[in-house]
Amino acid sequence: MLKSRKELDAELDGAARAWLDGALAEAAHDATAREAARSQADVGAGTTPPGSPYASPPWELRYAAAGRHCGPAHADSVRSLLLIEARAPLPSVTRLYEQGTAAERRAVLLTLDRLGLGDRALPLVEDALRTNDTRLVAAAVGPYAAAHLDPHAWRHAVLKCLFTGVPVDAVARLGERARGDAELARMLRDFAAERTAAGRDVPADLRTALALALTTPAAPTEES
Amino acid sequence: MRIFDPHIHMTSRTTDDYQAMYDAGVRALVEPSFWLGQPRTSPASFFDYFDALLGWEPFRASQYGIAHHCTLALNPKEANDPRCTPVLDALPRYLVKDSVVAVGEIGYDSMTPAEDHALAAQLQLAADHGLPALVHTPHRDKLAGLHRTIDVIRESHLPPEHVLLDHLNETTVKAATDSGCWAGFSIYPDTKMDEDRMVTILRNHGTEKILVNSAADWGKSDPLKTRKVADAMLKAGFTEDDVDKVLWRNPVAFYGQSGRLQLDTPAPDTLHEGNSILRGGE
Repeated sequence: MLKSRKELDAELDGAARAWLDGALAEAAHDATAREAARSQADVGAGTTPPGSPYASPPWELRYAAAGRHCGPAHADSVRSLLLIEARAPLPSVTRLYEQGTAAERRAVLLTLDRLGLGDRALPLVEDALRTNDTRLVAAAVGPYAAAHLDPHAWRHAVLKCLFTGVPVDAVARLGERARGDAELARMLRDFAAERTAAGRDVPADLRTALALALTTPAAPTEES
Repeated sequence: MRIFDPHIHMTSRTTDDYQAMYDAGVRALVEPSFWLGQPRTSPASFFDYFDALLGWEPFRASQYGIAHHCTLALNPKEANDPRCTPVLDALPRYLVKDSVVAVGEIGYDSMTPAEDHALAAQLQLAADHGLPALVHTPHRDKLAGLHRTIDVIRESHLPPEHVLLDHLNETTVKAATDSGCWAGFSIYPDTKMDEDRMVTILRNHGTEKILVNSAADWGKSDPLKTRKVADAMLKAGFTEDDVDKVLWRNPVAFYGQSGRLQLDTPAPDTLHEGNSILRGGE
């Protein structure tokens, strides 16, 4: 679970807190500078410094180093705070994902729903769902996926969790999206049949998801 | 017995190897970037490889209770290929990653001017990033290559105690240890070194700043050579503390200079049936 700044401050030692202060200040500076540039109608200006095509703003280097300065257990939370503080635009988010370690990619995925990117970051979720790294798959099925994945991709994401052993608890708004989804129910039943034919156990999580998919949708109300 | 293999190319190995390594006592390893056998034709090919060393491979290792770190660099052989050398410009963005514990493998293959340039540039990158360097010594003309390597290191900003000279043998061990660098020995089934010769070297030179690795890759090699050296040491009268020093504390001390080692990987007793690797990537 991602921790708030206050929770992190309570858990980090002095050196790590100071490092985080500096990192967040750099991220905020980048956001301010970008928005100032935009206000001058220079909308196309990126935040990448001139020079090497591989150069990155300072806060993005902090993003990479978060694990060793604040500890691996806090890295997701620290990286998430940096993304939010930098009000990271899509090019930055995409670069951090594509050039990131698995841990850096996970933090991007966990934060996507808090960056106001609409559905434009969906290719990152789709990329993560193609991997077999369960850390990435679990991070990809959060609130952002629940809000933006189309029905076909979302059903396959649920199935992927069952295949790779990611607990379906990781799937955001599972009950809501699965409710009354006859196609998902069919896919889950077919998967159960395949497992049974192979003499293998049917995961308990599959039964959980199937029960949700077989639930009759609530009758529409005037508000809905 | 706890074992740290300071040089092994796991992308070329199977999950059976990970399991056998864990069973033999391996709890940590460093995977240096190197040549793939098939020449690369662009920097993008390196980037995918680096990403694998920072993503998929640590995940595979973690499934077997083994902590995975890596060293990244343009390798000596491909330093001669102008299609590959632009990767040097991109290395800084990779060297800041949490699990990168050294710059490597760098060094000489054929001792060309292009290799001179790549070696010097990457020793500087190591110094700039506060990282040690893993330096491969050439398979051909090894002793001359070692002397030239040591000369370049002396001219660099990287202190010798931040350098591990690898693939050493009886003919190169003295010059290497005299240089102040750490000394690495790759134990192979047929070539380079074997475990009994390694024991003799340890008898003659002691256990200080000496590392032993399997360097297992896609060639004929054995990922359990570290354990076999440990067993040979015990059989020859070395103590368990000696074994722990060579097979664990020395690699931890060397790569620990990066400040980035994370060795608290949990035991793999929670491997579940639904694991994506065990199930062959269904």
